[in-house]
Amino acid sequence: MAAPVRIFLLVLLLLGPGGWGRAEPPRDSLREELVITPLPSGDVAATFQFRTCWEWVSHYRLFPKALGQLISKYSLRELHLSLTQGFWRTRYWGTPFLQAPSGAELWAWFQDTVTDVDESWKELSNVLSGIFCASLNFIDSTNTVTPTASFKPLGLANGTDHSFLRYAVLPREVVCTENLTPWKKLLPCSSKAGLSVLLKADRLFHTSYHSQAVHIRPVCRNARCTSVSWELRQTLSVVFDAFVTGQGKKDWSLFRMFSRTLTEPCPLASESRVYVDVTSYGQDNETLEVYPPPLTTYQDVILGTRKTYAVYDLLDAAVVSNSRSLNIQLKWKRPPENGYIHYQPAQDRMQPHLLEMLIQLPASSITKVSIQFERALLKWTEYTPDPNHGFYVSPSVLSALVPSVVAAKPGDWEESPLFNSLFPVSDSSSYFVRLYTEPLLVSLPTPDFSMPYNVVCLTCTVVAVCYGSFYNLLTRTFQIEEPRKGGLVKRLANLIRRARGVPPL
Amino acid sequence: MGLLSDPVRRRALARLVLRLNAPLCVLSYVAGIAWFLALAFPPLTQRTYMSENAMGSTMVEEQFAGGDRARSLARDFAAHRRKSGALPVAWLERTMRSVGLEVYTQSFSRKLPFPDETHERYMVSGINVYGILRHLAASTESLVLTVPCGPDSTNSQAVGLMLALAAHFRGQIYWAKDIIFLVTEHDLLGTEAWLEAYHDVNITGMQSSPLQGRAGAIQAAVALELSSDVVTSLDVAVEGLNGQLPNLDLLNLFQTFCQKGGLLCTLQGKLQPQDWTSIDGPLQSVQTLLLMVLQQASGRPHGAHGLFLRYRVEALTLRGINSFRQYKYDLVAVGKALEGMFRKLNHLLERLHQSFFFYLLPALSRFVSIGLYMPAAGFLLLVLGLKALELWMQLHEAGVGPEEAGENPPHPLTQGVGLASLVAPLLVSQAMGLALYILPVLGQHVATQHFPVAEAEAVVLTLLAIYAAGLALPHNTHRVVSTQAPDRGWMALKLVALIYLALQLACITLTNFSLGFLLAASMVPAAAITKPSGPRALYAALLVLTSPAATLLGSLFLWRELQEAPLSLTEGWQLFLATLAQGVLEHHTYGALLFPLLALGLYPCWLLFWNVLFWK
Repeated sequence: MAAPVRIFLLVLLLLGPGGWGRAEPPRDSLREELVITPLPSGDVAATFQFRTCWEWVSHYRLFPKALGQLISKYSLRELHLSLTQGFWRTRYWGTPFLQAPSGAELWAWFQDTVTDVDESWKELSNVLSGIFCASLNFIDSTNTVTPTASFKPLGLANGTDHSFLRYAVLPREVVCTENLTPWKKLLPCSSKAGLSVLLKADRLFHTSYHSQAVHIRPVCRNARCTSVSWELRQTLSVVFDAFVTGQGKKDWSLFRMFSRTLTEPCPLASESRVYVDVTSYGQDNETLEVYPPPLTTYQDVILGTRKTYAVYDLLDAAVVSNSRSLNIQLKWKRPPENGYIHYQPAQDRMQPHLLEMLIQLPASSITKVSIQFERALLKWTEYTPDPNHGFYVSPSVLSALVPSVVAAKPGDWEESPLFNSLFPVSDSSSYFVRLYTEPLLVSLPTPDFSMPYNVVCLTCTVVAVCYGSFYNLLTRTFQIEEPRKGGLVKRLANLIRRARGVPPL
Repeated sequence: MGLLSDPVRRRALARLVLRLNAPLCVLSYVAGIAWFLALAFPPLTQRTYMSENAMGSTMVEEQFAGGDRARSLARDFAAHRRKSGALPVAWLERTMRSVGLEVYTQSFSRKLPFPDETHERYMVSGINVYGILRHLAASTESLVLTVPCGPDSTNSQAVGLMLALAAHFRGQIYWAKDIIFLVTEHDLLGTEAWLEAYHDVNITGMQSSPLQGRAGAIQAAVALELSSDVVTSLDVAVEGLNGQLPNLDLLNLFQTFCQKGGLLCTLQGKLQPQDWTSIDGPLQSVQTLLLMVLQQASGRPHGAHGLFLRYRVEALTLRGINSFRQYKYDLVAVGKALEGMFRKLNHLLERLHQSFFFYLLPALSRFVSIGLYMPAAGFLLLVLGLKALELWMQLHEAGVGPEEAGENPPHPLTQGVGLASLVAPLLVSQAMGLALYILPVLGQHVATQHFPVAEAEAVVLTLLAIYAAGLALPHNTHRVVSTQAPDRGWMALKLVALIYLALQLACITLTNFSLGFLLAASMVPAAAITKPSGPRALYAALLVLTSPAATLLGSLFLWRELQEAPLSLTEGWQLFLATLAQGVLEHHTYGALLFPLLALGLYPCWLLFWNVLFWK
């Protein structure tokens, strides 16, 4: 038994240094990408993705140290945080590449070495709150759930024990510049060069939809998956309103959308590309024209349909150097029933309701899920400062594997563009979609807070004075009684009075 | 409360109540009426003021300039409407989409319980069109601008203005709430169908397709009615279904923009009195106040906004009036006022809740709060209380003897007899009420088969027939009632009737002051003096004149008189019949509560007094 082991060790020792010596020491890598998609409604969606891979576990080069330390301290396996303002209107805009509910959403998988998951979760949300300047510290047991079916690990995972998963949504969270700035600082080139130049806050927040997210997960380092590296994906999706930014026209350009053009690639990036969806939908006889004309195009099956993208590679000197800046312009020219139901009822002030259903939806049908609830009065300290605004109910989540119309060719995962590779696809005949509904504003019965003191005093006085007397009056009968011949005190007094010669009482 | 537990003082108080009962009652009634009339005078009316911080200090600059566009859209709409004969749904969808809204339609249908002769409709089906202007946040709150369209194209100017406003609003980026632009067909029926579908409830048996697009909780709504492209004044209507009122801040908001834009604004068609020092100002405000009370008491929605109030959406209706006045405003002025209102509503952080929900309006800028008008109804109800107390004491003394009143408990035997004799009249009168509520609609087909009348006529005539048949009630019941202790019988019945009436009126007053006060003012005197002895013919006449139906007839005459369009007797009768039919219809189509309230509550109670009068 001993000999093979020794041989194996020997081989390892021999190969180890040799392996390192042959290739460059594996470095952290950065890929950045922007996808511009004209939407069916005439609006334009722009999706940024920045992917940083972390190979050295104790050395930080591109990977932000703040997040790296977070992973090791809380033994994270996966972390997904999204901050969203607005609501993706699937009916008008089609299926999104990246889905997020309105407000803040945080879900994380912990390593199975973590003993107290709830404690780690609480600390994690507090730390993230500080990193991203968001009110994630309001996540507590009352809005945290452990879904059992809908959320699976997106990265490498040995097992899926759902007790290590936590999920929370804060529907009321407002996303603003203060959240964007720390998010931009995590980028290796910050907003100095590359695609991140376009991230101007005043334009990004003049949009119909704004969603920024951070995804951390372990991925395979190579095709054979012999080693694991950490992947950080920072994504940002915005939808520009054609009516506000384009004065009703469907034409757009990078400058008109972002008030910036691309000047130079990020020197740290190994790949920096802009994809423009130039698929002609064949309706209304509309054709589109992209300027400058792209050098290459990319065709693939994205979300079940065949799409064509014009590709601009910023690292390709020809793209940028022509005019010292790249301003892409686009002009339009006119010519279930095997179910699974998991329900976890709420405990007042402890945990929320969780209802998960696995249902098969018939084609082109409307499915209505309705939940009956009772309105109740809260304790008076539990009302928010603006109780008449209403109380939010978190958006619900719909996850689905949708059969693809066109079979996608199984491509190399590492090589495919970032927008197409966040969600793992098991086979090519279907694609994964996750949709969120709008959050719901429910108005609860609210007392008039302007005069609680008056009301309490008045009510108590009325009850105290009237109730007792009326109760007496109604239940007792009154009879006149002749006064009896005195008590002990009176008799004593009369004795004294008699002794003094005064008439008795 | 020692006053009541001390037997000696209690007896003195009882004697006082018995001896001074009649003067006290008269005094209390007069005080109630006088208090009500005094509500229109300055110490009791206060100036309105904006309570909501979010809408108060921030001034907005209105930039709407789409008057020509509104006019041309209105022309197009009217032309398409005339061509198709119904709401031009395709044109509306196209136009709304072209200004950048998300457009949806909703079809609905409703079979009315009987043909509506006033609006000439029976089997109604229509299509509502609405467009949603989306904003950045996640569609949790919205505002509504609605234009109800009737059978003819009278409201096409409002549609034009709404579309022009939508186009202007779409180009702005400051919206923090979604805005829904809603065009409903068959005016209020369409609004009801849309509201029920939006909130996913079915109250009135409306059949409608589900809504595809929603925009969260509706914070406020404005209904717009314009009949011409120039207006001389804007009339604002606040009274909603069952007398519900919107938050006073919404009205204040409208008034703010009236003043800012220099628009002429009216309430109940009456201008605001300028001079409060002389007698003319308050007199005019008494008229406005009475009109509002009559309108609110009717419980019918005074515009499409009235149906929103049920869902706790604050809403009001703006009506453009084009009269013979010299100075006229164009659509731009109206549009600017609307733009300003929507921009300020857009600032709301919470739904409107700061200001009053219960108020009366003697003028547009003056209001009477609930604390000040309630005593008027309180005084009237006190009459019933005093009278009931007197009867109660008389009943006691009749059984026990006047010298020992209060010293012994009342005799159990006499009590029992009194109560048993009450069961029959109570049951019979309630049954009459039930028949009045159910039979007219249920038996309309039988009636049309046997008599040469239309369904609507049949319903109204059955209603009147059952109502009159109730008057024959005493002759039916007095045989059932035992004749032992004749005087005590009617006293016990009157006591029960007085308490029943007082309870009903008090409950009505709490929810709809106007209705409660109007009924109390008319029913209380007759109820108080009715007894089976004395000038019976006079009492009978008085009772008939103050019965619920007669009150309704009188209110109609008063209403038209105040509107300066007096009715002749025959016109009044025709209007009365039409109103009866409308009342029944509104109960079935919108859930108005006046008809069941009168049929099931007040009419049986009034029959009890009739019974007392003819007690043998």
